[in-house]
Amino acid sequence: MEVFVQQLINGITLGSIYGLIAIGYTMVFGIIGMVNFAHGDVFMVSAFIALIAYLVLTTWLGVSSVVLALFVVLIVAMLLTSLVSWAIERLAYRPLRGSFRLAPLISAIGMSIFLMNFVQVAQGPRNKSIPPLIRGEFLLIDSATYKVSLSHKQLIIWAVTALLLAAFWYVVSRTSLGRAQRACEQDRKMAALLGVNVDRTISATFVIGAALAAVAGTMYLTHYGVVSFADGFVPGVKAFTAAVLGGIGSLPGAVLGGLLIGLIETFWSAYFSTDYKDVAAFSILAITLIFLPQGILGRPDVEKV
Amino acid sequence: MTAPLLCMRGLRARYGAVIALHGVDLDVAQGEIVTLIGANGAGKSTLMMTIFGDPQAYEGQVIYDGQDITRLPTHEIARLGIAQSPEGRRIFPRMSVLENLQMGAVASAHRQVEADLERVFAFFPRLKERLRQRSGTLSGGEQQMLAIARALMARPRLLLLDEPSLGLAPLIAQHIFDVIRDLNAREKLTVFLVEQNAYHALKLAHRGYVMVNGEITLRGSGRELLERPEVRAAYLEGGHA
Ligand SMILES: Nc1ncnc2c1ncn2[C@@H]1O[C@H](COP(=O)(O)OP(=O)(O)OP(=O)(O)O)[C@@H](O)[C@H]1O
Ligand SMILES: [Mg+2]
Repeated sequence: MEVFVQQLINGITLGSIYGLIAIGYTMVFGIIGMVNFAHGDVFMVSAFIALIAYLVLTTWLGVSSVVLALFVVLIVAMLLTSLVSWAIERLAYRPLRGSFRLAPLISAIGMSIFLMNFVQVAQGPRNKSIPPLIRGEFLLIDSATYKVSLSHKQLIIWAVTALLLAAFWYVVSRTSLGRAQRACEQDRKMAALLGVNVDRTISATFVIGAALAAVAGTMYLTHYGVVSFADGFVPGVKAFTAAVLGGIGSLPGAVLGGLLIGLIETFWSAYFSTDYKDVAAFSILAITLIFLPQGILGRPDVEKV
Repeated sequence: MTAPLLCMRGLRARYGAVIALHGVDLDVAQGEIVTLIGANGAGKSTLMMTIFGDPQAYEGQVIYDGQDITRLPTHEIARLGIAQSPEGRRIFPRMSVLENLQMGAVASAHRQVEADLERVFAFFPRLKERLRQRSGTLSGGEQQMLAIARALMARPRLLLLDEPSLGLAPLIAQHIFDVIRDLNAREKLTVFLVEQNAYHALKLAHRGYVMVNGEITLRGSGRELLERPEVRAAYLEGGHA
């Protein structure tokens, strides 16, 4: 029982991170029908931006309040990562729009490799770490054999994720930008006939997806304290799996899928074996694609790839 | 006479190798209802879309209000005061009626969405009752009303309608024709109308054009065209509603 509760807490934390990344996959897929393979690496880049911003703030500028530093880091990471993602779309995807279907996909794989190698060269191949930012935890259950705790770190991750998801939900469902995005998703030609600048709306989609990935990147760094150039791949694939599992194109699906993948992964590690936790995620991807291709909350009529 | 509001000269358009418009000349003057009739595949919808630059004409010109708009991107054309209810309605099925109407207001210059909503509800009271309903679940007639209402939300000077009565029960089709006549009479809205229902369209319109294989073969006042034996034989025989 204690183990179960602890794994639940850990799983939700991990799942929040996957869910935030998954939204970027699902939104881009929804609007241009393309799997943005570089999105996982954008997430990794955001963690590096957060790392550098944190070091600059604490060592050079002498900011001592961790909460303030974290807040500023989050904003900086969101802004710069958005810029990176905007540039990627502009340079690598937009010129290929209207070209054959596979072209932007190949371009995305190229972008993914480029980002990974760029960070490897610029930041070195080894893990980069920051000192633990936030210590302390709430002891929830303290039995003789097992302690169940919710760390302050985890609580912050939950709160930030919930807050940003709420803001994101508001933008998509209540603002004219969100409406334009959904319109482009359903009928791009008609959206243009009504005066929507489709290219700009697609750019906005990449920017929003990247901003959420940057939140995930900052949380990832806060949680693990280390990041390496290769950290885009595995979390990227897991978040993509989350998007597929939830139903690609569905925003609530992405969040739900993220939580499920996070939970499956932590429970798998706790009860079976840590060695195979990544295999579990990949197996879920394969099984979902075979037996439930439209995902849990997806519409059966989305057949774009 | 002042220059027409919309004016096409030698317009040619194609889809890849297939040429759909072979040099079309057509005018729509301020305050007119002009209709374009023609058989399936004649190029009527293509002409409507070419006005919006999608597909863009590879030769010839579209002049709107004295401005050459042939090479403008589609979304900028929409912001000049031209609105279209295109072939197949193309409402956003997973949005509510209200959201579809709000999308229509994207190109609107003035920001009085509330007043504009009331204006379209006056024409189509049914939409007001269905405001929160997903548009994909509306009936065909309601979807058509929504498509026209959405176009009106832009407060256009020129309204393009592509087969607004297609597939509708006679009574609902009649309602839509009444609305068009009303908008033209009361608000001096200029309307360019493509119709299958040639009889109704020619009765409604001040002037009409007949298109055959991407070319205009006949033009004249609505009444004149109704009398022409070629028109009667090709588009009116077999009775009308
Ligand atoms: N997207 C497209 N790609 C290729 N060819 C097209 C496309 N759209 C239309 N065409 C072709 O262009 C020609 C004109 O089509 P268009 O839709 O303009 O005709 P229409 O007069 O509107 O016919 P209808 O009365 O059936 O609506 C047709 O031969 C059609 O096959
Ligand atoms: Mg047509």
